[in-house]
Amino acid sequence: MTRLPKKIKARTRKPKPAALPSDLWDLRLYVAGRTPKSVRALRNLKRLCEENLKGKYHIEVVDLLKHPHRAKVDQIVALPTLVRKLPESMKQIIGDLSNTEKVLLWGGISTRTAKSSPDGPDGEDA
Amino acid sequence: MKPAKNNGKTGPSLHKCPTGIVGLDQITNGGVPRGRPTLVCGGAGCGKTLLAVEFIVRGAIQFNEPGVFMSFEETSEDLSKNVRSLGFDLDDLIRREKLAMDFVRVERSEIEETGEYDLEGLFVRLNHAIDSIKAKRVVLDTVETLFAGLTNTAILRAELRRLFLWLKDKGVTVLITGEKGDGTLTRQGIEEYVSDCVIMLDHRVHDQLSTRRLRVVKYRGSTHGTNEYPFIIDAQGISVLPVTSMGLNHLATTTRISSGVKRLDTMMGGKGFFRGSSILVSGTAGTGKTSIAAAFAKAACQRGEKCLFFGFEESPAQIIRNMLSIGIDLAPCVKKGLLRFHTSRPTLYGLETHLTVMHKQIEEFKPGVVIVDPVTNMISAGIAQDVRSMLLRLMDYLKGRQITTMMTSLSSVGDAIEQSVCGVSSLIDTWVFVQDIELGGERNRGLYILKSRGMAHSNQIREFVLSDHGIELLDVYLGPSGVVLAGSARLAQAAREQAEDAASKQEILRQRTQAQAQRKALEAQIAALQAQGLAQNLAIEHLAAQDRLRAVQGQADRTAMARSREADVAAPAVAGPRRGRHL
Repeated sequence: MTRLPKKIKARTRKPKPAALPSDLWDLRLYVAGRTPKSVRALRNLKRLCEENLKGKYHIEVVDLLKHPHRAKVDQIVALPTLVRKLPESMKQIIGDLSNTEKVLLWGGISTRTAKSSPDGPDGEDA
Repeated sequence: MKPAKNNGKTGPSLHKCPTGIVGLDQITNGGVPRGRPTLVCGGAGCGKTLLAVEFIVRGAIQFNEPGVFMSFEETSEDLSKNVRSLGFDLDDLIRREKLAMDFVRVERSEIEETGEYDLEGLFVRLNHAIDSIKAKRVVLDTVETLFAGLTNTAILRAELRRLFLWLKDKGVTVLITGEKGDGTLTRQGIEEYVSDCVIMLDHRVHDQLSTRRLRVVKYRGSTHGTNEYPFIIDAQGISVLPVTSMGLNHLATTTRISSGVKRLDTMMGGKGFFRGSSILVSGTAGTGKTSIAAAFAKAACQRGEKCLFFGFEESPAQIIRNMLSIGIDLAPCVKKGLLRFHTSRPTLYGLETHLTVMHKQIEEFKPGVVIVDPVTNMISAGIAQDVRSMLLRLMDYLKGRQITTMMTSLSSVGDAIEQSVCGVSSLIDTWVFVQDIELGGERNRGLYILKSRGMAHSNQIREFVLSDHGIELLDVYLGPSGVVLAGSARLAQAAREQAEDAASKQEILRQRTQAQAQRKALEAQIAALQAQGLAQNLAIEHLAAQDRLRAVQGQADRTAMARSREADVAAPAVAGPRRGRHL
């Protein structure tokens, strides 16, 4: 992915649902129940989105324990998995998202001053 | 059909799950361990996926156990297409909820790893699939692909360990395929976690001929065949060469069956071969071995028995045509379904595959008589020891089923007469030898029985003649210095003997006539002498009679004289002393 790290380019090529604004990020996080990893991942994700995509994101959490058939349909193997549906769908990112830089790189978001340190596996959590 | 239990000889502690694959269940004494994972490993193209598919499909169809096929390499559509040629309709099974298929796609280029993760997604999918059809069997083909897609091997290994434990708890029988590594059973060393049962597949090419082999490397808690077993993949799937008992416990019957040539039966005590015995017909080229085999086949069909003819030299049409020329018509037998030909070039595949194919044909057709013509061609498909071993196993298999076998063997002109290829002679029960007799500018054939276990047989050579009405065995003549005469020489000798016979007959007749004449003469003489004797007798009697008459007359005269002389009438008896005057 070669994107200019200057700005967020929220280009959408496909027609979007009418309700959402054009530069909205539609993110989906797959988890299986409340495990330490999934809680961490969700928290990290929320924080990253708040910091970098304020107001322009939408997170959907799919709990595979409740909807197991989604795993097959969406080809999910590892958990937690983060998938971006909009802007263009792109490769999955798996793990608890504790590696902020990698996540931002994945999302094409420039690493502006990382405001807070991410929660790692042995970080405190609520 | 409930799943087989207690098939293994180990008792109730280890249940087994039959695979339904021909021969594999025998080697493993009942199948793979139930509720435990089994590893199937091998190189590329060995047939692992096919084995796995058969395990699931046959489980669903034959044993009514639904199964889940989780594939990491081929999509479900591709798999369906690939196995359709074997007669497996995967879509239909899915519809009937006997099969669930899941294709897991793990592409490294599509995945970014950050932080800790686990493979719970896989668990969820597997669990969902198993629960949806209440599966009892699961296949993972091939789990090692995960290692190509994800980089964190520590997590992967931990998760795999967890997966197998979880599957064991779930109570399903799992088959896992793995690609063979260098020096290890699998490339990623999965055999660490899956070590209850390991089956290794192999695809070897030797001298341009390929053979597939299967070996049960390990089977915890059960006895199993430990050898390498060849198998074939054909239109019905995998067939493993079934285990032939290598003990010598065959039954021996005393029924006899005809060889198709009446005189040959006569040479064997009048009854023919033992049923279930093995017969070798050997001879040099062109001596008529195939003809004897064809006569045997025809006799079997006429008895209503099925005959399977394995030919390695001629096509069926050629054999039928050639045999028709000597009056043996095999076409109606073929039409009635009693005679089946299976011909192939020996170099078509390796020896083991030949054996497997023959086994399969025999199992399917269930003949009472099997003919292999010729057996010596197999040399081109392997070395002599291997051919002998293969023949041994074949004959062992056939004897165990009481199938009478006839094999023809080609010997070369320079060979010693009693040498048979590959030392096969000690394995067979009856050996019929056809040899060339070359004499007086021609070549004729002689046949004799070299050995025939268990029966009295003739030790005479018979001349073997092929004519329009079939095979004939004629007596041979012995010429001077014990040379066997056949063909024209025989005819000449026969003519000569006939002439001699006639001549001596004539001579005897002449002498007899002469003697008779002499006797007649003597008889005439005797008659004459007898007549003389008679005449003499008559004369003597006549004289006696005359004497008596004279005596009586004399007395009467004297009496009359005395009366006339008035002498005393004396008593007529003249016993008293005479008194009176002497007259």
